[in-house]
Amino acid sequence: MKPVISLSPHVHSGDSVQKNMYGVCIALVPALVASLCFFGLGAAIVMLASVASCVCFEWAITRFILGRKQLTICDGSAVLTGMLLGFNLPSNLPLWIIVIGALVAIGVGKLTFGGLGQNPFNPALVGRVFLLISFPVQMTSWPLSGQMGYVDAETGATPLALMKLAIKEGDTSYLDQLPSSLDMLLGQTGGSLGEVSALCLLLGCCFMLWRKIITWHIPVSILATVFVLAGLFHLIDPTYANPVQVILSGGLVLGACFMATDYVTSPMTARGQLIYGVAIGVLTVLIRDFGSYPEGMSFAILIMNGFTPLINTYVKPKRFGEVKK
Amino acid sequence: MKYLNILWNGILKENPTFVLLLGMCPTLGTTSSAINGMSMGLATMAVLIFSNLIISCVKNLIPDQVRIPSYIVVIASLVTALQMFMQAYTPEVYKTLGLFIPLIVVNCIILGRAEAFAAKNGPVESIFDGIGIGLGFTIALTLLGGIRELLGTGKLFGATLWAESYGMLLFVLAPGAFIALGYLIAVVKKTMKI
Repeated sequence: MKPVISLSPHVHSGDSVQKNMYGVCIALVPALVASLCFFGLGAAIVMLASVASCVCFEWAITRFILGRKQLTICDGSAVLTGMLLGFNLPSNLPLWIIVIGALVAIGVGKLTFGGLGQNPFNPALVGRVFLLISFPVQMTSWPLSGQMGYVDAETGATPLALMKLAIKEGDTSYLDQLPSSLDMLLGQTGGSLGEVSALCLLLGCCFMLWRKIITWHIPVSILATVFVLAGLFHLIDPTYANPVQVILSGGLVLGACFMATDYVTSPMTARGQLIYGVAIGVLTVLIRDFGSYPEGMSFAILIMNGFTPLINTYVKPKRFGEVKK
Repeated sequence: MKYLNILWNGILKENPTFVLLLGMCPTLGTTSSAINGMSMGLATMAVLIFSNLIISCVKNLIPDQVRIPSYIVVIASLVTALQMFMQAYTPEVYKTLGLFIPLIVVNCIILGRAEAFAAKNGPVESIFDGIGIGLGFTIALTLLGGIRELLGTGKLFGATLWAESYGMLLFVLAPGAFIALGYLIAVVKKTMKI
């Protein structure tokens, strides 16, 4: 028998990029099913277009512009970016806008910096924010939940728009028009695909925690910070919406569980992740309440993505045997 | 031949925007459309030619210790003259470019060429260097402005190529300038093999 000679490590847990990426994709399935239930055909078209164009652009750019022979579309990162981008779009968005969003997400957000692992900002969020600033009208006319068609759906004000209006006018009657917390948890509201059902997203988050794809630090610190800060505002001035509704509205749960926890763009240490999470929570509440956009989650995550290298530099674990001065 | 080389050097080999990366402030600030970029480039070129000429003529009279303030005085007088000239003859361009015209004084391309070229060469060469660098700057700004205008509003030099609703608003705003400039530099470096 010939002995096998190999370098250490000899025992491997089997962890890989594919396993983590497809794990996140599986965690997104309940939310996908929920959005299909609420938005029907529109959600399916948007999601398919987003995933397909992300994968196509990843293949075309790595093959023809970067000239790499290695196939990177199988590692699941492009599929995941496509899914997350799709969750950030309204279900009646024209196809050509989705294709532009995918090009910006994959081309500008990811491959310009060298591909997976080297991008400083979350690619799906780069695509979303690009579209939000470029096409403000199309990106903010959400069909109401329960509209099954793809075009000509009836659109309506989202909970976030109502909250913003209540603060601006100083009138709490707008808050009475908000759907109940239970409806918001289950998904009976208008919004982007991934903004409707907080429950399904939390289910997916639990799955990722169970499979140890993510740790609890980032989602919990974001949600807790938003809850405390929004609760404080609500106690001081009742024109600010109550904290439960703040957490359940918009893309907050989606962002906290799936976007902010991206490996590449979040800090490495547990302490760093807590700082990062708290800062995202504070920025989100500030942008939502005092900024010009109703939703601040995507901007908050992108800003903190920019700070991640700084956090990694200053928040380091103590080395073994190191004496504190 | 020598003069042609100086011209070519300014347009391509030492292009102030794509290679030297000088004068980024007007490059990012005024290129919201092709025509704005071009007028900014031409205004800078006019100042550059005259400042190069004057400085190369008086370079032997200026003591070394006070040369920078002296250059600034020359450049600032030229810019003031240009500003009044533009206010009188092209009021519309004057209004759109606004603050960026007086800011030509502190444009590092002009001071850089005065220090690096005009202070070491004769008047005729300096004029050609001014034309070359100025043309390079104008071409770069027109290109950047054209790309931003086309992607942002679907127009080119004011002529509509496709409906404005297909335009990406981001390219008219500041982040679009950074993104477009970054990709332009990448393309130029790749094709020129610099």
